[in-house]
Amino acid sequence: MRAFTVETGLVAPMDRANVDTDMIIPKQFLKSIKRSGFGPNLFDEQRYLDEGQPGRDNSQRPLNPDFPLNAARYQGASVLLARDNFGCGSSREHAPWALDDYGFRCVIAPSYADIFYNNCFKNGLLPIVLDAAIVEQLFQQMYANEGYQLTIDLERQVVITSAGDEMAFEVDAFRKHCLLHGLDEIGLTLEQADAIRTYETGWRQQSPWLFDVIQ
Amino acid sequence: MAKTLYDKLWDSHLVQQRDDGSALIYIDRHLLHEVTSPQAFEGLRMAGRQPWRLDANLATPDHNVPTDYAERSGGVAAIQDPVSQIQVQTLDDNCKAFDIVEFEINDRRQGIVHVIGPELGATLPGMTVVCGDSHTATHGALGALAHGIGTSEVEHVLATQCLIQQKMKNMLVRVDGTLLPGVTAKDVVLAVIGHIGTAGGNGFAIEFGGEVIRGLSMEGRMTVCNMAIEAGARVGMVAVDQSTIDYVRGRPYAPTGEQWELAESAWRELHSDSDAHFDAVIELRGEDIFPQVTWGTSPEMVLPVDGTVPDPAAISDAGQRDAVERALKYMGLQGGMAITDIRPQKVFIGSCTNSRIEDLRAAAAVVKGYKVDAGINQALVVPGSGIVKEQAEAEGLDKIFIEAGLEWREPGCSMCLAMNADKLEPGEHCASTSNRNFEGRQGFGGRTHLVSPAMAAAAAIAGHFVDVREWEMKS
Repeated sequence: MRAFTVETGLVAPMDRANVDTDMIIPKQFLKSIKRSGFGPNLFDEQRYLDEGQPGRDNSQRPLNPDFPLNAARYQGASVLLARDNFGCGSSREHAPWALDDYGFRCVIAPSYADIFYNNCFKNGLLPIVLDAAIVEQLFQQMYANEGYQLTIDLERQVVITSAGDEMAFEVDAFRKHCLLHGLDEIGLTLEQADAIRTYETGWRQQSPWLFDVIQ
Repeated sequence: MAKTLYDKLWDSHLVQQRDDGSALIYIDRHLLHEVTSPQAFEGLRMAGRQPWRLDANLATPDHNVPTDYAERSGGVAAIQDPVSQIQVQTLDDNCKAFDIVEFEINDRRQGIVHVIGPELGATLPGMTVVCGDSHTATHGALGALAHGIGTSEVEHVLATQCLIQQKMKNMLVRVDGTLLPGVTAKDVVLAVIGHIGTAGGNGFAIEFGGEVIRGLSMEGRMTVCNMAIEAGARVGMVAVDQSTIDYVRGRPYAPTGEQWELAESAWRELHSDSDAHFDAVIELRGEDIFPQVTWGTSPEMVLPVDGTVPDPAAISDAGQRDAVERALKYMGLQGGMAITDIRPQKVFIGSCTNSRIEDLRAAAAVVKGYKVDAGINQALVVPGSGIVKEQAEAEGLDKIFIEAGLEWREPGCSMCLAMNADKLEPGEHCASTSNRNFEGRQGFGGRTHLVSPAMAAAAAIAGHFVDVREWEMKS
């Protein structure tokens, strides 16, 4: 996994609450058997005026002029500013894959749906939780200043404005460690293979009906 | 110390607690389907890893499979959408390559993963159950710890039989009293979501309890747990009681003989201690719950059938007003109109929420002797599994649906998320027994109204939403 240390980038808005994963990446694109290539279809139904399909040339499709990510000022953004309960709905990891493939490295919102939040960390994407009032301030500053950028320092757990103001955020220690170093979680878990086997042996003795039934 | 059901299930599966707050949790059952597994198998291949424990896994294709008999009968090769076909074929190929048991597209045991797990006894009380699908909470109805995971975690479970987890908080949703006639498990869970909101359960494992929940059938409990995620909670569950034991006994993969005795006595402990602490408690009364209909684009935008669609002009909070205006615009509805004036053009009875035998019986009882309204373009009934389909046909339910003008289909996820050919056209309203009314969920520009099977069936006949409590059954 790609490491996340310090990121400075242009900020773009997704200014509505309860953005669901169907909105982030509609179901027809879930038919892919790959992890990459979802960026052109991120927010597909908001971004384009017609219906997208896998394999279509997206450059020929009519863009929705009212969708913020289509505005010139937000091109090249790597920080997505969002509202409450971002990423609700399905468990599809295609949602963080699409955000990542588009070029986002970080999302800032007052809250996230649990599965989406967890999936982000597996893909080098940092979901930051800040107070709703602070997020509202960031939205206002972003709208008022074209080219508005933020810096995220994961080691220090702060979001920094270009004026130098710092906002601290919380992140779970294990997830932070993995993200900072780009660690492979499966490799880490397999270092505990003996502990897993010990548990498994005891559990099999206690609950034998859970083993060797489906084969 | 007194424990909740969630605490007990967590503790019995704890491999390792770490100082940083994370924990290694052992997974007993891993269900796989074609949409969220291909990248996980590819990850295993690239790292040269093998599954930790083959017999913990069970796979079936469900999201992409055609439900039309003509297309379905030809198997994988006959799937017309080439992208869907590749995905289903890839699951078959991966399961063969890694030696994982799969019920393929036309196996009679195939079906929606969350229907086949309990019906086969592949998911049991006291298990940890995961699947790359957010509706995995369904299996919590059996007193299991079950939740959805992403594809990276699918790979992690395949390779290590464990997940790295942070313990959730405990929430009790208690529904006491009695349900009014015609009010079902679907109405209960929609009312809960309307009450706590789609983010109300974020960070919590929800245990559903109280007289109403205990009075539900196992199928009804599955419907309730299934939609815990629509209240924000990854986990929904119900304590084990006699209904659970009776449901599990005799299922193909359930223990027998001496092992059954051992299992049953272990399962009888799977309930929260009477003095267990919950971080949050939500209480509803069964009598207060009417048949529910969603009017908007989030499951929390739900009202009793006798209600009227919210009027944005009457909402003072700017953010809420914007959300309601946006939803009404998408749904093509006017603030203030009666729910019963909404006219669907399609009806969908199916999905992991409501495609079990009890759901089909409830819908069949309503349509029996009637004809689908002329304003309905299509009414689909999609059983949750091959076994549900067989049972429904043995009871003659298929004939009742067909005589009334509904289509009787092959099992799969179908129009719940429209990854196959079953979908809404732009602007069409659908009375749907599924679980999500998000924009575009059932088809580009489609407008979903979530309801119970009986309510969907009544809307198919009447051509608009009606209060099923006043329905005249022709038995």
